[in-house]
Amino acid sequence: MSDTSATEKTILYDLHVKLGAKMVPFAGYDMPVQYPDGILKEHLATRESAGLFDVSHMGQVVITGENPAAAIEALIPGDIQALSAGGMRYSFLTNENGGILDDLIVTRREHDLFVVVNAACKEQDIKLLTDGLAGKATVTELKDRALIALQGPKAAAILSGIAPEVASMSFMSYQEVNIDGALCFVTRSGYTGEDGYEISIPNEQAVQLTSKLLGHNGVTAVGLGARDSLRLEAGLCLYGHDLTESTTPISAGLIWAISKRRREEGGFPGASVIQAEIANKPEMKRVGLIPEGRAPAREHTEIADLDGNIIGEVTSGGFSPSLQMPIAMGYVPLGFAAIGTDLNLIVRGKARPAKVVKMPFVEQRYFRD
Amino acid sequence: MALKFTEDHEWILLEGNVATIGVSNYAQEQLGDVVFVEVPEVGADLSKGDELAVVESVKAASEVYSPVSGAVVAVNGELEDAPTLVNEDPNGGGWFAKIEVSDPTEIDGLMDEEAYKTYIEGLD
Repeated sequence: MSDTSATEKTILYDLHVKLGAKMVPFAGYDMPVQYPDGILKEHLATRESAGLFDVSHMGQVVITGENPAAAIEALIPGDIQALSAGGMRYSFLTNENGGILDDLIVTRREHDLFVVVNAACKEQDIKLLTDGLAGKATVTELKDRALIALQGPKAAAILSGIAPEVASMSFMSYQEVNIDGALCFVTRSGYTGEDGYEISIPNEQAVQLTSKLLGHNGVTAVGLGARDSLRLEAGLCLYGHDLTESTTPISAGLIWAISKRRREEGGFPGASVIQAEIANKPEMKRVGLIPEGRAPAREHTEIADLDGNIIGEVTSGGFSPSLQMPIAMGYVPLGFAAIGTDLNLIVRGKARPAKVVKMPFVEQRYFRD
Repeated sequence: MALKFTEDHEWILLEGNVATIGVSNYAQEQLGDVVFVEVPEVGADLSKGDELAVVESVKAASEVYSPVSGAVVAVNGELEDAPTLVNEDPNGGGWFAKIEVSDPTEIDGLMDEEAYKTYIEGLD
């Protein structure tokens, strides 16, 4: 039962197949969902040592122009102008209703911006950026580069073994590093809650460098399955699920990504809606949920109050390998968002008790220098 | 005593008029690490094709349908604390439920071990 539509392959495809990965179509690419050891082991290996992920399906974009930092602020609420070279921020493209079109990472480099966008929204985002910046900046997709992530408590020791300068990088910073002759763009950032790096490598050197890292004893190849369980434990949103065009940054709990200056000045799509939500509080709020028992509550599970009224929906849910219990994220009305609130989740027609909990579910261990 | 398999990768072992049901090794490989199994209530009356159990892996939930009709006379209580029995011992300790079959001929059309082996070879 194969997908007959043409799917793309990243430069690391053959490597995944050689490692025995189970490949699945994702955002138009054939990607590894897991390797033979399985999702649980890959997840735990990342928290215990280091996991290596192929994220080359994501979009890597460079924005050039007279003042790209100022220009991009017309499209995102991030404070990019405040960044010095090598600084980076998590932000999102918004629409006139204050809804989120995609989340992304913007890095300010010496002469341009380096932006990484989600694979599923790549085409849409590049078009949006190109059209939105027309006349002010040029948007170029870097199709000749791979992107890998090395995440985990041992990631720094392992990567600095072949590139010593990465050890002193601050969290959320960028550096160009020559690793074995490959000019890499390295950021100390990630999507797992652990310390780690994302490394953009020229395609010609990607297989070699990735294989070298995988050859290290403390590194495990990790697929998209564990990538999802790791980010869920870290309380991180997945676009298309926890963030959509119908969710605003305030209701999603992302006000921290909009600086004071940008909250006051606006100047991005939907600014007035977002400013109003900051002033008047949003209607719905993203919360963490822990169901009682062991049955996971997955995306689209209805959330009910104790009287049986349906009040919201789960947007991400699964089983936490680190905590050995089900965890979920969903949206509820503000009045039900307090930590400790008792709710019911309707799983297969049955109301199962759950509690609102603080996120992240698993403590984040970002590098603090 | 007959061991049969369904196209949905369940195995069914009929001893007298009690059938023990589980999922095959092929199934557990496809499912990945099992984190939770919802088994039926003892005493539940099932028709062939009714949902017998739900197997939750890290990534997704999968329904298991009953290949026979009858009353559930036993369920595997070990699965509550050790859902990974389904991965480790799918043909033995990972059994889901026992059903007192109302119509033993319902299993006649199912595959025997040889036929199932051939069937899964054809799948990959």
